[in-house]
Amino acid sequence: MTKLTFIAHDGTHFDVDAENGSTVMENAIRNAVPGIEAECGGACACATCHVYVDEAWTAEVGEPEAMEEDMLDFAYDVQPNSRLSCQIKVRDALDGLVVRVPARQG
Amino acid sequence: MTDIIRTDVLIVGAGPVGLFAVFELGLFDMTCHLIDILDRPGGQCAELYPEKPIYDIPGWPSISAQGLVDRLLEQIAPFKPDFTFNRMVSSLEKLEDGSFRVITDENEVFEAKIVVIAAGGGSFQPKRPPIPGIELYEGKSVFYSVRRMEEFRGHDLVIVGGGDSALDWTLNLQPVAKSVTLVHRRPEFRAAPDSVNKMYAMQEMKELNFHVGQVTGLTGTDGHLSAATIKGPDGDSEVPCTRLLPFFGLTMKLGPIAEWGLNLHENLIPVDTEKFQTSVPGIFAVGDINWYPGKLKLILSGFHEVALMAQAAKRIVSPGERIVFQYTTSSTSLQKKLGVAG
Repeated sequence: MTKLTFIAHDGTHFDVDAENGSTVMENAIRNAVPGIEAECGGACACATCHVYVDEAWTAEVGEPEAMEEDMLDFAYDVQPNSRLSCQIKVRDALDGLVVRVPARQG
Repeated sequence: MTDIIRTDVLIVGAGPVGLFAVFELGLFDMTCHLIDILDRPGGQCAELYPEKPIYDIPGWPSISAQGLVDRLLEQIAPFKPDFTFNRMVSSLEKLEDGSFRVITDENEVFEAKIVVIAAGGGSFQPKRPPIPGIELYEGKSVFYSVRRMEEFRGHDLVIVGGGDSALDWTLNLQPVAKSVTLVHRRPEFRAAPDSVNKMYAMQEMKELNFHVGQVTGLTGTDGHLSAATIKGPDGDSEVPCTRLLPFFGLTMKLGPIAEWGLNLHENLIPVDTEKFQTSVPGIFAVGDINWYPGKLKLILSGFHEVALMAQAAKRIVSPGERIVFQYTTSSTSLQKKLGVAG
């Protein structure tokens, strides 16, 4: 199991055990992390699972692909470390990953 | 008074479940008219993920969302459904004879014996960009679509977004506007490369301004804009702005259906699992928009729901008539309806 930490907008930490191969978004939904809506169900089609990747993890998580960049245009307060959590696959190297949930989704 | 459009069943939403409802209702000789806010059939399948494969449609190990919509349209063609696109249903009234009168946002009037709500996640509506106070200007200076280009003549226009809508309107409104500023958060665009090249050429000629950044503030009085603040890589700048056109994609909202007097459960419509009927007899809800214990938001669940709903609808449309359960494989009367009888 890979450990993930979601930090909600109010500062609450959610530490969850994630299965490799699942998406970060799926783990947020499964653990009822507030502020992740995932309206489209993970199709990279709505930008409502937007997260900020903790600065220490941006290199390991990597850059969004073109389609995700396009979708991020619709997100709220996009930063250089913005990602759509449905496009980040959990793997061993992400053990300990920290992501922050923005004030709102769109 | 506009002409009243009459149909047995009015289906709100032309997504996969709304489309398949035409089939099941058609087997029982009920005519259908579908209304959708999008400009084409398919709902989320067409709007959100047309190219994505779906793996849980029985008999199709993998089918693209648009492929499923195309095949559903082919499957329901024998029943000749009518469609009204680009419309949102606004009001619903129960008439004395038990039928329903539904009026759209463009004042078309429908009368139907049955209303089937197959509205999925709700109606697709333009997303409001996260600019503080923007709602104060909506309808006066801020618009989410262009209905008449004349409304932008002589204005300092700011257009926000990087897709085809943003680029097309930048190019089309440039000749009528006093000035055009395009704002997009990055120099890459989703829009067609041809439009992007044209835009850059016009910028070269100083016919418009393109800013990389995000609109963070609006200035104006009584709903009338005068300027917009743009936060770019080099800090804040202010540009003249009397009309703002944000193109931030679409989101889904339940919309006026919430005011129809139906019981609601967290923005979903509770139904029974025998008929998929709402708290108002004669109004059914199928697909993602309904709720019952154990509900799964799957297209295949929606298909099951419309089959049962059609039986109940038939009892209302043709009271007293005996309903015979038949298979399309063996019933010549069903095959005649499908146009495949030997």
